[in-house]
Amino acid sequence: MFFVLLILTVLVVVWAVGAYNTLISLKNQVANAWKQIDVQLKRRHDLVPNLIAAVKGAMNFERETLEAVVAARNQAVQVSSGGDVSKIAAVEGQLTGALHRLLAVVESYPDLKATANIGQLQEELTSTENKIAFARQLYNDTATQYNTKQRQVPTVFVAGVAGASPAPLWELTDDSERAVPKVEL
Amino acid sequence: MDDAVDLFSQQQSNRVRSRVLLIGFIAFFAWLGFGGDWIFWQMTLGAEPGTYRHVIPWIGIALTLGAAIAAFVAWTRGPERVLWSTNAYEVVDPVNDDERRLVNVVEEMAIASGVPKPRVWIVPDEDPNAFATGRDPASSHVAVTAGLLTQLNRDELQAVVAHELGHVKNLDVRLMTLLAALVGAVALVGDFMSRAMRGGARVHGASLGGGGRRRGGKKGGNPLLVVVLALWILSWLLAPLITRLLALGVSRKREYLADAMSAQFTRNPKALADALHKIEHAAAPTTSMKRGSAHLCIADPLGRRLTNREGVFAELFGTHPPMAIRVAKLKAMAYQRDVGGGM
Repeated sequence: MFFVLLILTVLVVVWAVGAYNTLISLKNQVANAWKQIDVQLKRRHDLVPNLIAAVKGAMNFERETLEAVVAARNQAVQVSSGGDVSKIAAVEGQLTGALHRLLAVVESYPDLKATANIGQLQEELTSTENKIAFARQLYNDTATQYNTKQRQVPTVFVAGVAGASPAPLWELTDDSERAVPKVEL
Repeated sequence: MDDAVDLFSQQQSNRVRSRVLLIGFIAFFAWLGFGGDWIFWQMTLGAEPGTYRHVIPWIGIALTLGAAIAAFVAWTRGPERVLWSTNAYEVVDPVNDDERRLVNVVEEMAIASGVPKPRVWIVPDEDPNAFATGRDPASSHVAVTAGLLTQLNRDELQAVVAHELGHVKNLDVRLMTLLAALVGAVALVGDFMSRAMRGGARVHGASLGGGGRRRGGKKGGNPLLVVVLALWILSWLLAPLITRLLALGVSRKREYLADAMSAQFTRNPKALADALHKIEHAAAPTTSMKRGSAHLCIADPLGRRLTNREGVFAELFGTHPPMAIRVAKLKAMAYQRDVGGGM
Protein backbone atom coordinates (compact mmCIF):
# COMPACT_ATOMS: atom_id res chain seq x y z
CA MET A 1 0.00 0.00 0.00
CA PHE A 2 2.77 2.34 1.01
CA PHE A 3 4.56 1.46 -2.20
CA VAL A 4 1.58 2.50 -4.32
CA LEU A 5 1.34 5.82 -2.51
CA LEU A 6 5.05 6.37 -3.02
CA ILE A 7 4.83 5.72 -6.74
CA LEU A 8 1.81 7.99 -7.06
CA THR A 9 3.61 10.79 -5.23
CA VAL A 10 6.64 10.43 -7.49
CA LEU A 11 4.43 10.58 -10.59
CA VAL A 12 2.66 13.71 -9.32
CA VAL A 13 5.95 15.40 -8.56
CA VAL A 14 7.35 14.54 -11.99
CA TRP A 15 4.25 15.92 -13.67
CA ALA A 16 4.33 19.09 -11.53
CA VAL A 17 7.94 19.77 -12.46
CA GLY A 18 7.12 19.32 -16.14
CA ALA A 19 4.14 21.65 -15.97
CA TYR A 20 6.11 24.29 -14.05
CA ASN A 21 8.89 24.19 -16.62
CA THR A 22 6.42 24.50 -19.46
CA LEU A 23 4.93 27.63 -17.90
CA ILE A 24 8.35 29.17 -17.35
CA SER A 25 9.34 28.41 -20.92
CA LEU A 26 6.16 30.00 -22.29
CA LYS A 27 6.61 33.04 -20.04
CA ASN A 28 10.09 33.62 -21.45
CA GLN A 29 8.86 33.15 -24.99
CA VAL A 30 6.28 35.88 -24.35
CA ALA A 31 8.96 38.23 -23.02
CA ASN A 32 11.15 37.47 -26.03
CA ALA A 33 8.32 38.12 -28.46
CA TRP A 34 7.66 41.44 -26.72
CA LYS A 35 11.29 42.46 -27.17
CA GLN A 36 11.04 41.57 -30.87
CA ILE A 37 8.37 44.23 -31.30
CA ASP A 38 10.70 46.78 -29.69
CA VAL A 39 13.51 45.83 -32.06
CA GLN A 40 11.34 46.29 -35.13
CA LEU A 41 9.90 49.60 -33.91
CA LYS A 42 13.40 50.99 -33.38
CA ARG A 43 14.37 49.80 -36.82
CA ARG A 44 11.53 51.86 -38.26
CA HIS A 45 12.64 54.93 -36.32
CA ASP A 46 16.03 54.65 -37.99
CA LEU A 47 14.56 54.17 -41.44
CA VAL A 48 12.28 57.21 -41.52
CA PRO A 49 14.96 59.94 -41.93
CA ASN A 50 16.32 58.16 -45.03
CA LEU A 51 12.88 58.05 -46.58
CA ILE A 52 12.23 61.72 -45.88
CA ALA A 53 15.57 62.70 -47.36
CA ALA A 54 14.85 60.69 -50.51
CA VAL A 55 11.45 62.24 -51.24
CA LYS A 56 11.95 65.75 -49.93
CA GLY A 57 13.34 67.20 -53.14
CA ALA A 58 10.56 65.98 -55.40
CA MET A 59 7.61 66.47 -53.09
CA ASN A 60 7.79 70.13 -52.24
CA PHE A 61 4.03 70.47 -52.45
CA GLU A 62 3.39 67.80 -49.87
CA ARG A 63 5.16 69.51 -47.00
CA GLU A 64 2.36 68.83 -44.54
CA THR A 65 2.52 65.11 -45.13
CA LEU A 66 6.29 65.06 -44.76
CA GLU A 67 6.24 67.15 -41.62
CA ALA A 68 3.57 64.92 -40.09
CA VAL A 69 5.83 61.91 -40.59
CA VAL A 70 8.87 63.62 -39.08
CA ALA A 71 6.89 64.85 -36.08
CA ALA A 72 5.34 61.44 -35.44
CA ARG A 73 8.73 59.78 -35.71
CA ASN A 74 10.38 62.15 -33.25
CA GLN A 75 7.56 61.71 -30.80
CA ALA A 76 7.85 57.94 -31.09
CA VAL A 77 11.59 58.04 -30.38
CA GLN A 78 10.98 60.21 -27.36
CA VAL A 79 8.25 58.02 -25.90
CA SER A 80 10.02 54.73 -26.56
CA SER A 81 12.56 55.29 -23.79
CA GLY A 82 9.78 55.44 -21.20
CA GLY A 83 8.00 52.30 -20.09
CA ASP A 84 4.39 53.26 -20.73
CA VAL A 85 3.13 50.56 -23.08
CA SER A 86 -0.20 52.13 -23.96
CA LYS A 87 1.46 55.45 -24.77
CA ILE A 88 4.06 53.71 -26.93
CA ALA A 89 1.33 51.83 -28.75
CA ALA A 90 -0.61 55.05 -29.37
CA VAL A 91 2.41 56.97 -30.68
CA GLU A 92 3.60 54.11 -32.89
CA GLY A 93 0.09 53.86 -34.29
CA GLN A 94 0.27 57.52 -35.26
CA LEU A 95 3.60 56.98 -36.98
CA THR A 96 2.13 54.05 -38.89
CA GLY A 97 -0.74 56.22 -40.03
CA ALA A 98 1.54 59.05 -41.13
CA LEU A 99 3.76 56.66 -43.10
CA HIS A 100 0.80 55.06 -44.82
CA ARG A 101 -0.46 58.47 -45.89
CA LEU A 102 3.00 59.34 -47.19
CA LEU A 103 3.21 56.09 -49.18
CA ALA A 104 -0.23 56.75 -50.64
CA VAL A 105 0.87 60.22 -51.71
CA VAL A 106 4.10 58.92 -53.27
CA GLU A 107 1.94 56.72 -55.52
CA SER A 108 0.64 59.87 -57.21
CA TYR A 109 4.12 61.09 -58.24
CA PRO A 110 5.08 58.90 -61.24
CA ASP A 111 8.44 60.65 -61.70
CA LEU A 112 9.33 59.91 -58.12
CA LYS A 113 8.31 56.31 -58.47
CA ALA A 114 10.57 55.86 -61.48
CA THR A 115 13.64 56.60 -59.42
CA ALA A 116 15.29 53.35 -58.28
CA ASN A 117 15.88 54.74 -54.84
CA ILE A 118 12.20 55.14 -54.13
CA GLY A 119 11.49 51.56 -55.19
CA GLN A 120 14.05 50.27 -52.75
CA LEU A 121 12.83 52.50 -49.94
CA GLN A 122 9.23 51.47 -50.56
CA GLU A 123 10.32 47.86 -50.29
CA GLU A 124 12.17 48.61 -47.06
CA LEU A 125 9.15 50.40 -45.60
CA THR A 126 6.79 47.61 -46.64
CA SER A 127 9.13 45.09 -45.09
CA THR A 128 9.42 47.13 -41.90
CA GLU A 129 5.66 47.43 -41.54
CA ASN A 130 5.34 43.71 -42.18
CA LYS A 131 7.98 42.91 -39.60
CA ILE A 132 6.25 45.03 -36.97
CA ALA A 133 2.96 43.36 -37.82
CA PHE A 134 4.47 39.87 -37.62
CA ALA A 135 6.28 40.68 -34.39
CA ARG A 136 2.95 41.73 -32.90
CA GLN A 137 1.32 38.63 -34.31
CA LEU A 138 3.96 36.41 -32.77
CA TYR A 139 3.58 38.20 -29.45
CA ASN A 140 -0.19 37.79 -29.48
CA ASP A 141 0.08 34.13 -30.49
CA THR A 142 2.64 33.39 -27.79
CA ALA A 143 0.72 35.36 -25.16
CA THR A 144 -2.50 33.52 -26.05
CA GLN A 145 -0.71 30.19 -25.76
CA TYR A 146 0.68 31.23 -22.34
CA ASN A 147 -2.68 32.52 -21.10
CA THR A 148 -4.50 29.39 -22.23
CA LYS A 149 -1.97 27.05 -20.69
CA GLN A 150 -2.13 28.91 -17.37
CA ARG A 151 -5.87 28.44 -17.05
CA GLN A 152 -6.17 24.89 -18.28
CA VAL A 153 -6.62 22.02 -15.87
CA PRO A 154 -4.33 20.54 -14.55
CA THR A 155 -1.61 23.12 -15.25
CA VAL A 156 -3.68 25.71 -13.41
CA PHE A 157 -2.72 24.08 -10.13
CA VAL A 158 0.95 24.84 -10.71
CA ALA A 159 0.34 28.31 -12.14
CA GLY A 160 0.43 30.04 -8.76
CA VAL A 161 3.79 28.54 -7.86
CA ALA A 162 5.20 29.43 -11.27
CA GLY A 163 4.21 33.05 -10.84
CA ALA A 164 2.14 32.95 -13.99
CA SER A 165 -0.08 35.94 -14.68
CA PRO A 166 -2.07 36.57 -17.84
CA ALA A 167 -0.07 38.50 -20.44
CA PRO A 168 -1.86 41.43 -22.09
CA LEU A 169 -2.50 41.18 -25.80
CA TRP A 170 -1.37 43.92 -28.14
CA GLU A 171 -4.56 45.66 -29.12
CA LEU A 172 -5.54 48.60 -31.26
CA THR A 173 -5.62 51.54 -28.86
CA ASP A 174 -6.50 54.17 -31.39
CA ASP A 175 -10.09 53.87 -32.60
CA SER A 176 -9.22 55.80 -35.71
CA GLU A 177 -7.04 52.87 -36.82
CA ARG A 178 -10.11 50.66 -36.78
CA ALA A 179 -12.03 53.09 -38.95
CA VAL A 180 -12.28 52.27 -42.65
CA PRO A 181 -9.78 54.47 -44.49
CA LYS A 182 -11.39 57.11 -46.66
CA VAL A 183 -10.05 57.09 -50.20
CA GLU A 184 -10.33 60.46 -51.84
CA LEU A 185 -10.42 60.09 -55.60
CA MET B 1 2.74 8.51 -36.00
CA ASP B 2 1.76 9.08 -39.61
CA ASP B 3 -1.27 11.02 -38.47
CA ALA B 4 0.68 13.74 -36.68
CA VAL B 5 -1.59 16.72 -37.04
CA ASP B 6 -0.01 19.21 -34.70
CA LEU B 7 3.37 20.81 -34.27
CA PHE B 8 4.43 19.10 -31.06
CA SER B 9 3.72 15.52 -32.09
CA GLN B 10 5.36 16.12 -35.48
CA GLN B 11 8.50 17.41 -33.75
CA GLN B 12 8.55 14.37 -31.46
CA SER B 13 7.94 12.01 -34.34
CA ASN B 14 10.77 13.57 -36.35
CA ARG B 15 13.21 13.41 -33.46
CA VAL B 16 12.46 9.73 -32.88
CA ARG B 17 12.55 8.84 -36.56
CA SER B 18 15.87 10.62 -37.10
CA ARG B 19 17.42 8.68 -34.25
CA VAL B 20 15.95 5.40 -35.51
CA LEU B 21 17.20 6.14 -39.02
CA LEU B 22 20.77 6.80 -37.89
CA ILE B 23 20.88 3.76 -35.61
CA GLY B 24 19.24 1.55 -38.23
CA PHE B 25 21.74 2.74 -40.85
CA ILE B 26 24.72 1.83 -38.68
CA ALA B 27 23.10 -1.44 -37.57
CA PHE B 28 22.45 -2.42 -41.19
CA PHE B 29 26.10 -1.97 -42.11
CA ALA B 30 27.14 -3.77 -38.95
CA TRP B 31 24.99 -6.70 -40.13
CA LEU B 32 26.62 -6.54 -43.55
CA GLY B 33 30.08 -6.45 -42.02
CA PHE B 34 29.83 -8.93 -39.19
CA GLY B 35 27.60 -11.21 -41.23
CA GLY B 36 30.29 -11.33 -43.86
CA ASP B 37 32.88 -11.98 -41.17
CA TRP B 38 30.88 -14.87 -39.77
CA ILE B 39 30.48 -16.35 -43.27
CA PHE B 40 34.15 -16.12 -44.07
CA TRP B 41 35.00 -17.51 -40.64
CA GLN B 42 32.78 -20.52 -41.27
CA MET B 43 34.27 -21.00 -44.70
CA THR B 44 37.88 -20.90 -43.53
CA LEU B 45 37.38 -22.93 -40.31
CA GLY B 46 39.06 -26.04 -41.52
CA ALA B 47 41.72 -24.35 -43.61
CA GLU B 48 45.21 -25.85 -43.65
CA PRO B 49 47.74 -24.03 -41.47
CA GLY B 50 49.60 -21.44 -43.51
CA THR B 51 46.62 -20.39 -45.58
CA TYR B 52 44.29 -17.63 -44.63
CA ARG B 53 42.01 -18.13 -41.66
CA HIS B 54 39.39 -15.47 -41.02
CA VAL B 55 39.54 -14.85 -37.28
CA ILE B 56 39.51 -11.13 -36.66
CA PRO B 57 36.21 -9.59 -37.88
CA TRP B 58 37.93 -6.82 -39.78
CA ILE B 59 35.10 -6.49 -42.35
CA GLY B 60 32.59 -5.88 -39.58
CA ILE B 61 34.79 -3.36 -37.84
CA ALA B 62 35.58 -1.53 -41.07
CA LEU B 63 31.99 -1.36 -42.28
CA THR B 64 30.55 -0.34 -38.89
CA LEU B 65 33.21 2.33 -38.54
CA GLY B 66 32.53 3.48 -42.11
CA ALA B 67 28.80 3.64 -41.48
CA ALA B 68 29.33 5.55 -38.23
CA ILE B 69 31.53 8.06 -40.08
CA ALA B 70 29.01 8.36 -42.91
CA ALA B 71 26.22 8.92 -40.36
CA PHE B 72 28.30 11.55 -38.58
CA VAL B 73 29.07 13.30 -41.86
CA ALA B 74 25.40 13.14 -42.85
CA TRP B 75 24.46 14.68 -39.51
CA THR B 76 27.00 17.49 -39.61
CA ARG B 77 27.52 18.15 -43.33
CA GLY B 78 24.25 16.83 -44.76
CA PRO B 79 22.60 20.23 -45.32
CA GLU B 80 25.64 21.68 -47.08
CA ARG B 81 25.90 18.64 -49.34
CA VAL B 82 22.27 18.90 -50.38
CA LEU B 83 22.81 22.58 -51.25
CA TRP B 84 26.00 21.86 -53.22
CA SER B 85 24.26 19.16 -55.22
CA THR B 86 21.79 21.74 -56.52
CA ASN B 87 24.42 24.37 -57.46
CA ALA B 88 22.77 26.83 -55.09
CA TYR B 89 24.57 30.04 -54.19
CA GLU B 90 24.11 31.86 -50.91
CA VAL B 91 22.64 35.35 -50.71
CA VAL B 92 24.74 37.19 -48.16
CA ASP B 93 24.55 40.74 -49.53
CA PRO B 94 21.64 41.21 -51.93
CA VAL B 95 22.80 42.55 -55.31
CA ASN B 96 19.45 43.28 -56.94
CA ASP B 97 15.83 44.04 -56.03
CA ASP B 98 14.70 40.42 -56.27
CA GLU B 99 17.37 39.27 -53.82
CA ARG B 100 16.62 42.17 -51.50
CA ARG B 101 12.94 41.24 -51.53
CA LEU B 102 13.77 37.58 -50.84
CA VAL B 103 15.99 38.44 -47.87
CA ASN B 104 13.31 40.77 -46.46
CA VAL B 105 10.61 38.12 -46.87
CA VAL B 106 12.77 35.48 -45.14
CA GLU B 107 13.42 37.89 -42.25
CA GLU B 108 9.71 38.65 -41.94
CA MET B 109 8.76 34.99 -41.87
CA ALA B 110 11.52 34.22 -39.37
CA ILE B 111 9.88 36.73 -37.04
CA ALA B 112 6.38 35.40 -37.68
CA SER B 113 7.37 31.77 -37.09
CA GLY B 114 9.55 32.44 -34.07
CA VAL B 115 12.63 30.67 -35.46
CA PRO B 116 16.07 32.26 -35.91
CA LYS B 117 16.76 33.65 -39.37
CA PRO B 118 17.92 30.88 -41.72
CA ARG B 119 20.62 31.24 -44.35
CA VAL B 120 19.20 32.13 -47.75
CA TRP B 121 20.17 30.39 -51.01
CA ILE B 122 19.14 30.69 -54.65
CA VAL B 123 19.15 27.75 -57.09
CA PRO B 124 19.86 28.83 -60.67
CA ASP B 125 16.89 27.03 -62.21
CA GLU B 126 14.02 28.56 -64.17
CA ASP B 127 11.42 26.19 -62.75
CA PRO B 128 9.75 27.57 -59.60
CA ASN B 129 10.43 25.47 -56.54
CA ALA B 130 11.78 25.82 -53.01
CA PHE B 131 13.22 23.65 -50.29
CA ALA B 132 14.58 23.87 -46.77
CA THR B 133 17.36 21.88 -45.17
CA GLY B 134 19.17 21.80 -41.85
CA ARG B 135 19.45 20.04 -38.51
CA ASP B 136 17.39 22.29 -36.28
CA PRO B 137 16.02 25.85 -36.32
CA ALA B 138 19.29 27.29 -35.05
CA SER B 139 21.19 26.14 -38.16
CA SER B 140 18.85 25.94 -41.10
CA HIS B 141 18.84 26.94 -44.76
CA VAL B 142 16.06 28.03 -47.10
CA ALA B 143 16.58 27.86 -50.86
CA VAL B 144 14.39 29.05 -53.73
CA THR B 145 14.89 28.73 -57.46
CA ALA B 146 15.50 31.78 -59.62
CA GLY B 147 12.26 30.92 -61.41
CA LEU B 148 10.29 31.23 -58.17
CA LEU B 149 11.64 34.75 -57.59
CA THR B 150 10.55 35.98 -60.99
CA GLN B 151 7.17 34.26 -61.25
CA LEU B 152 5.66 34.78 -57.81
CA ASN B 153 4.53 38.08 -56.31
CA ARG B 154 5.54 39.21 -52.84
CA ASP B 155 2.61 37.63 -50.97
CA GLU B 156 3.04 34.30 -52.72
CA LEU B 157 6.79 34.32 -52.09
CA GLN B 158 6.03 35.04 -48.44
CA ALA B 159 3.67 32.06 -48.28
CA VAL B 160 6.23 29.69 -49.82
CA VAL B 161 8.96 30.84 -47.43
CA ALA B 162 6.54 30.45 -44.52
CA HIS B 163 5.86 26.86 -45.67
CA GLU B 164 9.58 26.10 -45.69
CA LEU B 165 10.04 27.66 -42.24
CA GLY B 166 7.20 25.44 -41.08
CA HIS B 167 9.29 22.43 -42.12
CA VAL B 168 12.22 23.94 -40.21
CA LYS B 169 10.17 24.54 -37.10
CA ASN B 170 8.68 21.05 -36.92
CA LEU B 171 12.07 19.42 -37.58
CA ASP B 172 10.99 17.83 -40.87
CA VAL B 173 14.24 19.17 -42.28
CA ARG B 174 16.29 17.05 -39.91
CA LEU B 175 14.74 13.76 -41.00
CA MET B 176 14.54 14.65 -44.68
CA THR B 177 18.11 15.96 -44.91
CA LEU B 178 19.46 12.85 -43.17
CA LEU B 179 17.58 10.67 -45.63
CA ALA B 180 18.89 12.59 -48.62
CA ALA B 181 22.47 12.42 -47.35
CA LEU B 182 22.32 8.73 -46.45
CA VAL B 183 20.74 7.80 -49.79
CA GLY B 184 23.72 9.46 -51.46
CA ALA B 185 26.20 7.66 -49.23
CA VAL B 186 24.65 4.25 -49.79
CA ALA B 187 24.47 4.81 -53.54
CA LEU B 188 28.21 5.50 -53.55
CA VAL B 189 29.01 2.45 -51.45
CA GLY B 190 26.66 0.25 -53.45
CA ASP B 191 28.37 1.28 -56.68
CA PHE B 192 31.82 0.62 -55.30
CA MET B 193 30.91 -2.70 -53.68
CA SER B 194 29.13 -4.14 -56.70
CA ARG B 195 32.23 -3.46 -58.77
CA ALA B 196 34.52 -4.92 -56.10
CA MET B 197 32.35 -8.00 -55.63
CA ARG B 198 32.24 -8.76 -59.33
CA GLY B 199 36.00 -8.51 -59.47
CA GLY B 200 36.59 -10.42 -56.23
CA ALA B 201 34.14 -13.20 -56.98
CA ARG B 202 35.94 -14.05 -60.20
CA VAL B 203 39.25 -14.48 -58.38
CA HIS B 204 38.10 -16.19 -55.21
CA GLY B 205 34.97 -17.94 -56.37
CA ALA B 206 36.81 -21.02 -57.52
CA SER B 207 38.80 -21.54 -54.32
CA LEU B 208 35.88 -20.84 -52.00
CA GLY B 209 33.55 -23.03 -53.92
CA GLY B 210 36.02 -25.86 -54.00
CA GLY B 211 36.81 -25.52 -50.31
CA GLY B 212 33.15 -25.64 -49.43
CA ARG B 213 32.63 -28.90 -51.29
CA ARG B 214 35.62 -30.53 -49.61
CA ARG B 215 34.45 -29.70 -46.11
CA GLY B 216 30.77 -29.97 -46.88
CA GLY B 217 29.68 -32.95 -44.86
CA LYS B 218 31.81 -32.33 -41.76
CA LYS B 219 30.33 -29.10 -40.42
CA GLY B 220 26.91 -29.17 -38.80
CA GLY B 221 26.22 -25.48 -39.47
CA ASN B 222 26.23 -25.79 -43.24
CA PRO B 223 22.51 -25.13 -44.00
CA LEU B 224 22.68 -22.08 -41.74
CA LEU B 225 25.74 -20.92 -43.62
CA VAL B 226 23.91 -21.15 -46.92
CA VAL B 227 20.91 -19.21 -45.60
CA VAL B 228 23.04 -16.50 -44.03
CA LEU B 229 25.13 -16.23 -47.19
CA ALA B 230 22.05 -15.86 -49.31
CA LEU B 231 20.59 -13.18 -47.03
CA TRP B 232 23.92 -11.41 -46.91
CA ILE B 233 24.32 -11.21 -50.68
CA LEU B 234 20.70 -10.12 -50.97
CA SER B 235 21.32 -7.31 -48.48
CA TRP B 236 24.18 -5.99 -50.58
CA LEU B 237 22.10 -6.03 -53.73
CA LEU B 238 19.06 -4.44 -52.13
CA ALA B 239 20.81 -1.80 -50.00
CA PRO B 240 20.63 1.02 -52.55
CA LEU B 241 17.03 0.16 -53.39
CA ILE B 242 15.96 0.02 -49.75
CA THR B 243 17.43 3.40 -48.91
CA ARG B 244 15.81 4.93 -51.97
CA LEU B 245 12.47 3.47 -50.86
CA LEU B 246 13.01 4.92 -47.39
CA ALA B 247 13.53 8.35 -48.91
CA LEU B 248 10.36 8.03 -50.96
CA GLY B 249 8.36 6.65 -48.07
CA VAL B 250 8.65 9.74 -45.88
CA SER B 251 5.07 10.54 -45.08
CA ARG B 252 3.27 12.81 -47.54
CA LYS B 253 1.12 14.20 -44.74
CA ARG B 254 4.00 16.36 -43.50
CA GLU B 255 3.24 18.66 -46.46
CA TYR B 256 -0.31 19.30 -45.21
CA LEU B 257 1.05 20.30 -41.82
CA ALA B 258 3.60 22.65 -43.40
CA ASP B 259 0.84 24.19 -45.54
CA ALA B 260 -1.24 24.76 -42.41
CA MET B 261 1.72 26.29 -40.61
CA SER B 262 2.32 28.62 -43.54
CA ALA B 263 -1.31 29.76 -43.36
CA GLN B 264 -0.90 30.30 -39.63
CA PHE B 265 2.26 32.37 -40.00
CA THR B 266 1.08 34.56 -42.89
CA ARG B 267 -2.62 34.57 -41.93
CA ASN B 268 -3.06 34.41 -45.70
CA PRO B 269 -3.88 30.86 -46.92
CA LYS B 270 -4.97 32.13 -50.30
CA ALA B 271 -1.45 33.35 -51.04
CA LEU B 272 -0.07 29.83 -50.64
CA ALA B 273 -2.93 28.38 -52.70
CA ASP B 274 -2.08 30.81 -55.51
CA ALA B 275 1.64 30.09 -55.21
CA LEU B 276 1.10 26.32 -55.38
CA HIS B 277 -1.17 26.79 -58.37
CA LYS B 278 1.54 28.76 -60.19
CA ILE B 279 4.26 26.26 -59.26
CA GLU B 280 2.18 23.31 -60.40
CA HIS B 281 1.40 24.90 -63.74
CA ALA B 282 4.99 25.80 -64.54
CA ALA B 283 6.14 23.75 -67.47
CA ALA B 284 9.39 21.93 -66.75
CA PRO B 285 10.55 19.68 -63.88
CA THR B 286 13.22 21.12 -61.62
CA THR B 287 16.32 19.48 -63.02
CA SER B 288 18.62 20.86 -60.31
CA MET B 289 17.02 18.65 -57.68
CA LYS B 290 18.39 15.14 -57.74
CA ARG B 291 16.14 12.16 -57.15
CA GLY B 292 17.34 11.61 -53.60
CA SER B 293 16.35 15.15 -52.55
CA ALA B 294 12.90 15.26 -54.14
CA HIS B 295 11.07 15.01 -50.82
CA LEU B 296 12.72 18.20 -49.57
CA CYS B 297 10.94 20.48 -52.05
CA ILE B 298 7.59 22.23 -51.82
CA ALA B 299 6.42 20.62 -55.06
CA ASP B 300 7.54 17.41 -56.69
CA PRO B 301 10.59 18.45 -58.73
CA LEU B 302 10.42 15.32 -60.86
CA GLY B 303 6.92 16.11 -62.08
CA ARG B 304 5.72 12.55 -61.64
CA ARG B 305 2.12 11.52 -62.32
CA LEU B 306 2.26 9.33 -59.20
CA THR B 307 2.14 12.46 -57.09
CA ASN B 308 -1.44 13.21 -58.12
CA ARG B 309 -2.78 9.76 -57.29
CA GLU B 310 -4.29 8.39 -54.13
CA GLY B 311 -4.12 4.89 -52.74
CA VAL B 312 -1.64 2.63 -50.99
CA PHE B 313 0.99 2.61 -53.74
CA ALA B 314 0.95 6.39 -54.05
CA GLU B 315 1.13 6.76 -50.29
CA LEU B 316 4.21 4.56 -50.16
CA PHE B 317 6.13 5.89 -53.11
CA GLY B 318 4.88 9.43 -53.59
CA THR B 319 6.89 12.24 -52.10
CA HIS B 320 4.15 14.88 -52.18
CA PRO B 321 0.38 14.86 -51.79
CA PRO B 322 -1.82 15.68 -54.77
CA MET B 323 -1.59 19.40 -55.48
CA ALA B 324 -5.34 19.73 -56.04
CA ILE B 325 -6.05 18.57 -52.50
CA ARG B 326 -3.43 20.90 -51.00
CA VAL B 327 -4.94 23.86 -52.85
CA ALA B 328 -8.47 22.82 -51.84
CA LYS B 329 -7.52 22.60 -48.16
CA LEU B 330 -5.91 26.05 -48.28
CA LYS B 331 -8.88 27.60 -50.02
CA ALA B 332 -11.16 26.05 -47.40
CA MET B 333 -9.05 27.79 -44.76
CA ALA B 334 -9.62 31.03 -46.66
CA TYR B 335 -13.35 30.36 -46.73
CA GLN B 336 -13.35 29.98 -50.49
CA ARG B 337 -15.19 27.04 -51.90
CA ASP B 338 -13.24 25.16 -54.53
CA VAL B 339 -15.41 25.55 -57.61
CA GLY B 340 -14.98 23.06 -60.44
CA GLY B 341 -12.26 20.92 -58.91
CA GLY B 342 -9.74 23.71 -58.42
CA MET B 343 -7.17 22.90 -61.09
